[in-house]
Parts: sequence; C-alpha cells; structure tokens
Amino acid sequence: MADNKYFMVKVISPDRIFYEGEADLLELKTTEGDIGILAGHIPLTTIVAPGVMKITKDGEAKEAALHEGFIEILGDKVIVLAESCEWPDEIDKNRANEARIRAERRLSGGNGEVNYSRAEMALKKSLIRIELADKYPR
Amino acid sequence: MASMRDIKRRKESIQSTSQITKAMKLVSTVRFQKAKTKAEEAKPYFDHMYEAVTSMLAKSEKLTHPYLQAGTSEKKAFIVITSNRGLAGGYNSNITKLITKGGYKKEDAVIYAVGRKGKETLDRMGYKIAKDYSEAINSPIYKDAQEIGAEVLRAFSENEVGEIYLVYTVFKNTVTHIPTIMKLLPVSSDSFEKEEQKENSDRLTLMNYEPEADEALGIIIPKYINSLIYGALMEALASENGARMQAMDSATNNAEEMISDLSLKYNRARQSSITQELTEIVAGASAID
Repeated sequence: MADNKYFMVKVISPDRIFYEGEADLLELKTTEGDIGILAGHIPLTTIVAPGVMKITKDGEAKEAALHEGFIEILGDKVIVLAESCEWPDEIDKNRANEARIRAERRLSGGNGEVNYSRAEMALKKSLIRIELADKYPR
Repeated sequence: MASMRDIKRRKESIQSTSQITKAMKLVSTVRFQKAKTKAEEAKPYFDHMYEAVTSMLAKSEKLTHPYLQAGTSEKKAFIVITSNRGLAGGYNSNITKLITKGGYKKEDAVIYAVGRKGKETLDRMGYKIAKDYSEAINSPIYKDAQEIGAEVLRAFSENEVGEIYLVYTVFKNTVTHIPTIMKLLPVSSDSFEKEEQKENSDRLTLMNYEPEADEALGIIIPKYINSLIYGALMEALASENGARMQAMDSATNNAEEMISDLSLKYNRARQSSITQELTEIVAGASAID
C-alpha cells in the first residue's frame, strides 16, 4: 500500500452520493480533533464534528462543509457517512447568517428551556457555512 | 330493462369517474417515479450505515450498551408509516392490520403515527397515539427522521417503552410492496453476526475506534436509527404511490368495462324502443285499412 499514494474517498449523505473519487489527502474534523488521512492509514472509525472537509488530489483541493456523521477508514478506502454535507456554492449565506443570529440569541437568552448543546451545534454549523461561503464567493 | 335515460345517465356518471381515476393514475405515476428515484438515491447511505453498524456490533459482543438491551417497560413503541390520503387500495389497511392482528396487547402499544390514515384507524380502535408526524410523509426530509428518532430514543432511554418497532411498507419493486414490522431497538446483534463474521473477521480485529467503541456506539446507533426511519419513509412513499397507481389503474379498467357493458345495454334498449315504435305504427296503419 505504501507505493500507492491514492486512496478511494466516498462521501455519502442520505439523499445522494456526495463525492466519490481518488485523493491523496483527506482532512476533516472529528470529535477528538482534526485529522489528516493519507493512504495506508490504520483502520479507524470515528465521529465527525462540524467542520470543513478538504479533499486533496495532486495539489488540487476541494472543500466542503461537513456537519454530522461518522467516518470509516479501511486502508485503501475511506467512507464518510454524512448526515449533512454541502459544497461552498450550495451554501445559502443569508440563511446561515440568520441561523447564526438565532443560535446566538438562544445561547445568550439563557432561559431554562434552551437546549444548549443543540443551539451550540447550530451555531457551529452556521459559522462553518459562513466561513466557507466567504472563502469561495460566487 | 332499465329505461334508455337511466342507462345513459349511469354511463355518463361512470365516464366522469373514470376520467378522475385516469387523472389520478397519471398524477401518482409521476409522484411514484419521483419517490422511486429518491428512494434509490438514499439507498447507498443505508447500505453503508448497516454495514458499519453490523461490523461494529459483531466485534463488540461483550458490550452492554443500553441500546442493545430491552428496557424493563412492558410498553412497545410502534412507528407506523401510512399515507395522508386514501384511494390507495389496501395500502393503509395492510399496515394497520399488522398491528391489530399481530398479537400485540392494545394497552402496551404506543403509536407514533406518520400518516393520517393509519392514525385515524388506530385511534378509532382505541390505541394510544403518542405523537403524530403526519406532515412528514408529504415530502420526507432527513430532519423529519431525526425528529422522530430523537423522540423514540428519548422514550426508550427514559424507560417509557421497552422496545421500538418500525411498521412500514417495504418497496421491493414497482408491483411488489410488502408491509413489514421491524424491530429498531434494542438492536439484536445475533441476527447480524452469522453473515458478517465470515467475511469481515480479519477486518474487525484491526478496526480502531476513536472515541472508545462503546462511546462511539452510543453516537452511531441513534444515527443508525435515524437512517432506518428515513429509509422507511422514502420506501413507504414510493410504495404508497405505487399502490395508488395500481388501484387507480384497476379502477379505470373496471370503469371501461362497465361503460362498454352499459353501451351495449343502451343500444339494445334503443333498438327495442325503435322496434316497438315501428310495430305500433304498422299496427295503427293496418287498423285504418
């Protein structure tokens, strides 16, 4: 495996196969921290944290917002099961901004009924969307 | 024999019914095609999800995660997926029959209804409806599945229910839809193990988990449940429209048959009235002579 620097990446979301192709580097964020995956990685199952996923092949990088899910690394194949995932050009920045404001208000509002972890998750998601949308202006 | 006018009126009413059923058939054909493509697009996600969870469970036999054990509560939760609209043949009644005739005690069943038809039927029969998610079936999105999943998992972890079942219609192909009852929780690992152990035994020993396997399981199983619910919603939608397409097709055929039958009767009635008139004229003419 060491002589082959490419591996298969499959990103699957409930409504489509989001991405399928070869890569030599896959970077994403997990609940345990950021990881970068090269060919020949040990088999690993881990949980995705909201973040930017970067698929690189021969120096050409593709970025996407990856929010929830888990990944399975199986030697020459990486499967990302994403509950929600989008390319920068699919992001609706206005909606993300609204979501951010809503989440911030809920977090700072502080009445007892707020589900903090959910609001925090929503805030994180919206921030990632905004970040990516700013990076790739249409 | 009925009078000509009666037959004509009857024929016209059937004609307009057949126009309606024909239009509905066309509509459901279009909807069916859409639902079918969506169900097929969703498929890879569940296949991989299933694979991942089975291999995890096969490895972690000794795990004692709460999701793997039945709760002490006698109650059983049923997520019942039916349609909001009728005229789909036996589609809805087949689903409700699975519960009413399935040997489950009425007092122990807690229904989470998706689809108005099933909810109404079960409500009338005296089942307890815990929640109604009927809007979801119109055009299911993943978020609906997440909501339902979160609700039943909450009920399970608070020991309101001991087991969770999913009742829906499996979409096999265009003409075959199978009403099914499927156990969601506790996840029974024995059903997976046999097939998996052979092919994956070498892979399993190597797999690492981050965080630890049982913690990862606690996060992945809810996702697994959500994906099963979402898959069931998609398949049920395809089945519903398939069933309606078939029902409307046979209704249109029946109407055509009745129309041709009535046309024959109408022509006969007309002919006999003409014959009668002629006979009367001839009789009248011969009386004058």
